[in-house]
Amino acid sequence: MNILVAKTFKPYNFASFKSVSKQMILKLIQILAFVALSGSVFFLAFKLYKRIYRNIMLGRKQVINDNIPERLKNTLLVALGQKKMFKNVIPALLHLVIYVSFVITQIELIEILIDGFTGNHRIIYHAVENIPFLKGFYVFVVSFIEVLSLLTLFVTFAFLYRRNLIKIPRFQKPELNGWPKLDANNILYMELTLITFIFMMNTGDQAKYLLQHGHTYGFWVSGLLAPALSGLGETAITIIERIGWWGHISMVYFFLLYLPQSKHLHILLAFPNVFFARLIPKGEIPNMPEITKEVKLMMNPDAAFAAPTGEPEEPVKFGAKDIQDLSWQNLLAAYSCTECGRCTAACPANQTGKLLSPRKIMMDTRDRVEEVAKSMDANNGVWQEDGKSLIENGYITVEELRACTTCNACVEECPININPLDIIIQLRRNLVMEDSNVPNEWAGMFANMDNNGAPWQYSQLDRLNWTKE
Amino acid sequence: MLEVKTMAEYAANGETPEVLFWVGCAGSFDQRAQKVTRSFVKILNHLNIKFAVLGSEESCTGDPAKRAGNELTFQMLALQNIEVMNSYGVQKIVTTCPHCFNILKNEYPGLGGKYKVTHHATFLQELIDTGRIKLSDASQFKGKKITYHDSCYLGRANDIYEAPRALLEALDAELVEMKSCKTKGLCCGAGGAQMFKEEEHGTIRINNARTEQALETGATVIAAACPFCSTMISDGVKAKEKQMQVKVFDIAELLAAGQGLENLTF
Ligand code: SF4
Ligand code: SF4
Repeated sequence: MNILVAKTFKPYNFASFKSVSKQMILKLIQILAFVALSGSVFFLAFKLYKRIYRNIMLGRKQVINDNIPERLKNTLLVALGQKKMFKNVIPALLHLVIYVSFVITQIELIEILIDGFTGNHRIIYHAVENIPFLKGFYVFVVSFIEVLSLLTLFVTFAFLYRRNLIKIPRFQKPELNGWPKLDANNILYMELTLITFIFMMNTGDQAKYLLQHGHTYGFWVSGLLAPALSGLGETAITIIERIGWWGHISMVYFFLLYLPQSKHLHILLAFPNVFFARLIPKGEIPNMPEITKEVKLMMNPDAAFAAPTGEPEEPVKFGAKDIQDLSWQNLLAAYSCTECGRCTAACPANQTGKLLSPRKIMMDTRDRVEEVAKSMDANNGVWQEDGKSLIENGYITVEELRACTTCNACVEECPININPLDIIIQLRRNLVMEDSNVPNEWAGMFANMDNNGAPWQYSQLDRLNWTKE
Repeated sequence: MLEVKTMAEYAANGETPEVLFWVGCAGSFDQRAQKVTRSFVKILNHLNIKFAVLGSEESCTGDPAKRAGNELTFQMLALQNIEVMNSYGVQKIVTTCPHCFNILKNEYPGLGGKYKVTHHATFLQELIDTGRIKLSDASQFKGKKITYHDSCYLGRANDIYEAPRALLEALDAELVEMKSCKTKGLCCGAGGAQMFKEEEHGTIRINNARTEQALETGATVIAAACPFCSTMISDGVKAKEKQMQVKVFDIAELLAAGQGLENLTF
C-alpha cells in the first residue's frame, strides 16, 4: 500500500516541503469535495430510484416467474444484444456506438471513483506501471474508450441531425411536443459535454505527463492532442485536466439524477422490462378469470344458490381505468419506453391519420403514474382519489382506444418488447364492461352475439345455408 | 348441394370424423366468404377427408367481442362452444378464419377447450407436402403475378408466414411481395372488431392504404387467408376501380382451382 501511495505521488514531483504541504491541502480539499458530492448524489439517487420502484409497484399484482431460462435468453438477446434494433441497420449501428461506449466507459469510472475517494491519480495505472503486460492493457482500455468517445461524438451529431434537421416522421408526432423533444436533445447535449470533459481530462493529463517525463501515458487520441497543450505551462495544463476530471464525474452524476424523469431510463429498465415481458403468442389476449366465475354462475344458476355465502367479496372492477388497475409489468414498460416511435410508425391506425399512437399509450401511462406519484408525495405517500383516470383527462382518449385493430404491429416493432396493445385491451374492457361506453355498431354486434351467436343478425339455424349452391 | 355431414350426424352413426371444420360466422353467412367455405369443402371431399361441421350447433367464437373489450360475451360463447365440442370429443379442428384459429388455439384452452387447431393454410400445405393434393390444373397460374396479404392473426399473432406462401409457390405463380410484408405486414383494418364499426376519423381508410401497397406490386391476384382481409381488400380494389383487372382470392379458392375443382376468372 505504501509503495502504491509513494508511486502515486511521483508524477507531481514536488520541489519543496512548502509546496508539498500546499499540495496536501489541495488534495485534502478535493477528497472532501468528492466525498460530499458523491455522498449527496448517491443519497438523492437512492431516493429517486426508490420512488420509481414504488411507482411501478402501484400497479396490480401479477406473479411472473415462469420460464426463467427463456426470459434470461430474451434479456441477453433483446436487451443486451439489441437483436430487434437490427431490423433497421443504420439507426441500430448508430445506437450501438453510443451504447457500447456508455457501457465500456463505466470501466474507467471505477478508477475515477477510487481516485476521487482516496485522493490518488490514475491509481490503477501506477499500480501496474512496472508490469508491461498489464500497463499495456490499461493503456489499451483507456485508448479504446477514447476511440469510442470520438465515435460517439460523431454519432451524437448524427442523432442531433436526424432528430432536428431531416425530420424523420416518427420524431415529428404531436406526443413528442414539449418535454419529450427537449429531453431527447438534452441527452445529446449532455453527451457532447461529457465527451469534451473526457478529452480535456485525458489531454491535460497526458500533456502534464509529457512535460514531466518527456513522454505521454500513450493513450491514442489524447496522445495526439497533448503536444498542442504543452506550451501552456504546467499550471494551465493542471487546471484544464482538473476541469475535465471534475466535469466528467459531475456529468456522470448529473446523468444519474436526470435519468428518472427521462426516456433514457431505458438504459437501466430495458433489462428487467425484457425479462418480465410476456412470452405467450402475440395473438393471445389472456382470459379474465373473474369473468369465468360469473359466466359459470350464469350458465348454472343452481350453483349460485348452492354456493356457500362466505366472506362478501370485494366488488371486482373489470378492465383498467387507471394505472392502479394495470399490472406492475405494464407500468415497468411505461417507465422503460424509449419513446423511439417504432411502434407508432408501424401502427396502421396512426399511418392512416387516426389519433391512436401506441407510443402515446406508453407515454400517457407513465405521465399518469407520475401524476399519481406526485400527489402521493405531497400527501405522505398516501393516495387520495383525484377524480381523474388514465382514460380521457388529458391522457388516453376513447377515440384512440377505439381505433386499434389489435394487429400487433406495435408489439412486433418494439425493440425492448413493450406491449402497448396489452394496455389498450385492458382500458377497452373498462370502457365496455364498466361504462357501457361503446359505439352503436358494437352495441348491436354484442346483442347479436348474445342472441343468435353471430356478430350479424342471422339465425343460428341458417349456419349451413352455404352448402346449398 | 355440397356433401357435408355434421358432428351430430357422425355421432348418430357412432362414428368420429378425422377433423372438425370450424366454419366461423363469416364463412357461414358472408356471401363472399361462403364461396371460400365451399372451395375448401370441395378440396376436403375431393381428397376423401372425413370431416364434420357443427352446423347449427356452432356459435361465434367470441373473437370480436373479446377484442372490443367485452369479455363477458366472449366467455359465454366460448364456454357454450366448448361444452358442445367436448361433448363430441373433438380432438382436431381446422378453420378457414385466422381469428377463429387464434382464439380456439390460444384462448379456449384456458377455459377447458383443448384441441389441436390448424388454420387451413397450414392444413393445405401439409396435404401438398404429403402429396395428397395433386395440382393437375395449375398451368393457369403459370407466370401470373400473385401477391399475398399477411393476416395479422396468422402472421404476427401466431408466426405463420410461410405456409400460405408455400401454397402459392406450389401453384407455379410468381409470388411478389408488398412493401410491408410478413412481420411488417400492414393490417387490412378489420381486426379488433373494426370490421363491425366505422373507422375512427383519419386521413385514409386502412384497407385503401393496404390495397395501394398491393396494387403497387403489379400483381393481378391478391391472395388472402382470412375472410375479413378478403372483404377489406376487395373493397379497397373497388375503391380504386381496379376490380376488373385485379382479383382477390382466398388461398383455398386458388388451390381448389389448381385441382380443377373451381373455375376462377382472372
Ligand atoms: S395493435 Fe393497435 S396500437 Fe398496435 S399497431 Fe396495431 S392498431 Fe396500432
Ligand atoms: S413502446 Fe417500444 S417501440 Fe414504442 S416508443 Fe416505446 S420503446 Fe419505442
